[in-house]
Amino acid sequence: MKIGKQTIKLENTPKILNTSSMVGPKEMQGPLSSYFELHTDDIFFGEKSFEKAESKIMKTCVDNLIAKNGLSKEDIDYIFAGDLLNQCISSAYCIRDLNIPFFGLYGACSTFCEGLMLASLFVNAGYAQKVIATTSSHFCSAERQFRMPLEHGNQLSPTAQCTVTASGSALIVPKDVNSDSPYITYVTPGKIVDMGIKDMTNMGAAMAPSAYSTIKAHLQDTGRSIDYYDAIVTGDLGIIGSDILKDLFKEDGLDISEIHNDCGVLIYDKDSQDTHCGGSGCGCMASVFSGYFYEQLKTKKLNKILIVATGALMSPVSSQQGESIPGIAHAVAIENEV
Amino acid sequence: MDMIIELLKVFVTGGLICVIGQILIDKTKLTPARILVIFVTLGVVFTFLGIYAPIVEFGKSGATVPISGFGYSLAKGVMQEVDQIGFLGIFTGGVKACSAGISAAIIFGFLAALFAKPTIK
Amino acid sequence: MDKDINMTDKEYSDYVDKKATNSPMLKHIIMAFLVGGFICVIGQLITNTFMHFGVPKDSATTITTIILIFIGAFLTSINVYSKIGKFAGAGSTIPITGFSNSVVAPAIEFKTEGYVLGLGANMFKIAGPVLVYGITSSVIIGFIYWLIKLFL
Repeated sequence: MKIGKQTIKLENTPKILNTSSMVGPKEMQGPLSSYFELHTDDIFFGEKSFEKAESKIMKTCVDNLIAKNGLSKEDIDYIFAGDLLNQCISSAYCIRDLNIPFFGLYGACSTFCEGLMLASLFVNAGYAQKVIATTSSHFCSAERQFRMPLEHGNQLSPTAQCTVTASGSALIVPKDVNSDSPYITYVTPGKIVDMGIKDMTNMGAAMAPSAYSTIKAHLQDTGRSIDYYDAIVTGDLGIIGSDILKDLFKEDGLDISEIHNDCGVLIYDKDSQDTHCGGSGCGCMASVFSGYFYEQLKTKKLNKILIVATGALMSPVSSQQGESIPGIAHAVAIENEV
Repeated sequence: MDMIIELLKVFVTGGLICVIGQILIDKTKLTPARILVIFVTLGVVFTFLGIYAPIVEFGKSGATVPISGFGYSLAKGVMQEVDQIGFLGIFTGGVKACSAGISAAIIFGFLAALFAKPTIK
Repeated sequence: MDKDINMTDKEYSDYVDKKATNSPMLKHIIMAFLVGGFICVIGQLITNTFMHFGVPKDSATTITTIILIFIGAFLTSINVYSKIGKFAGAGSTIPITGFSNSVVAPAIEFKTEGYVLGLGANMFKIAGPVLVYGITSSVIIGFIYWLIKLFL
């Protein structure tokens, strides 16, 4: 049911039955390494190209999610998947072998929440019993699509972020499934907010206003205050973007610094890993939520969180044509009790 | 001693040209590809205006090894060829003077690509 | 456009510029100076060596170019040049070894799309503009030079 301007209340509160995450070598050197379920030390993951590697990472992650719940792929009703590559090829080639009805999504780095949102709406409406939402990203395949060849010797701007090599997936089921899993209670799809930032090496600044807009709309629509949540987790605003988000809320007289976390900031250790402003990419929120935050919810260290994946909806073509970067953010409220 | 002074001049000239590039990268939002284009074009124009030759005289490799030196070769080649064969030299001179560099870049690039694999930084 | 944020695009962009950490400029400049100068010195040493053995100056310069391009290509292919570029910046981009790097890097990377449309078509993805604008400007000044000679 739609409430307020843009939020949907899920009366039937679907559950996130389980999650699965897989990361690459660089993410394993980061502070969250112990939370990720699967990892590979080989950026090619035994494949011939980075695109194939990304697809395989996603496939391995989804296979693991299905297998660890004692299911087979025939049990899954639908899958929502997306990635950063042109025409969403990582998802398409991953799902080619799975034989599950598939919705391909593109919301740049916001795709994980977009998928989670749509999957939970499907389950909430009773159209499906088991739906998977998954996304992936790969540093090397993103780098070659959006930036320079890997072996080109250049310096990154200090505001730049580093695409994570990772995939995360979540299995959504109706609430009557017997399991001690967190519920999805509200979803707030975001509007595109574009403040005219054109610098592709400063995506945090381009996306922060959209995160602000979506979080604010969510709070207004639900009538909740900021301290209702134990944590508000943004996707990949990075260090500068997170800072901007805090400033924007400060203008409203709200202090979010205590409860705000950003997956892009959490995934790397910026001093030792030379990742400038932190991680980014579809896989960033997917893996950090599936690995770290889901674990926190299960162990009841956190009980009410709002995850807000942010995306920058530009392409190299639009950037070269001088367009600014449209930002988007989708919010999903996840709670242990309803 | 002469040799050391010569190398010092090379070092300073080459270093300063790179510093100009670095300032452009850091201060403006120009990408390295644009910097290269600006440098090669300025190399051509400055050579034509007679400004670059004295720098080469002074800094030797310090002025010819940076990409502006590529522009210097192009311009010098064109002007020499126009002197020698006239109008046709406009078209043949530049690339002729730089043919070794271009061919080397292509063949070494090709060979390197056959054997190398990209990796994460 | 209705906006939740009480700032104009201009105000926001000025605010972001203030927020953004600046490049460590002094460090960059020193590294660019040292590495750029060093590469040029290597070039001079190669030229001097050939001239010492009686190779004429023009040929020695050409040989130097070829050798430096080889070094750039080699270091790129063993994944070293990108690491040098990270700390040296323009010091490794501007010298001819950087030109070589910008030819080899896309060639290596686009090999996965085949030898013709991948490697072949993308080899000059970054360095192509250098040739386009270098040669174009050289033809223009060649024409002007020819005109000047014609009338003077």
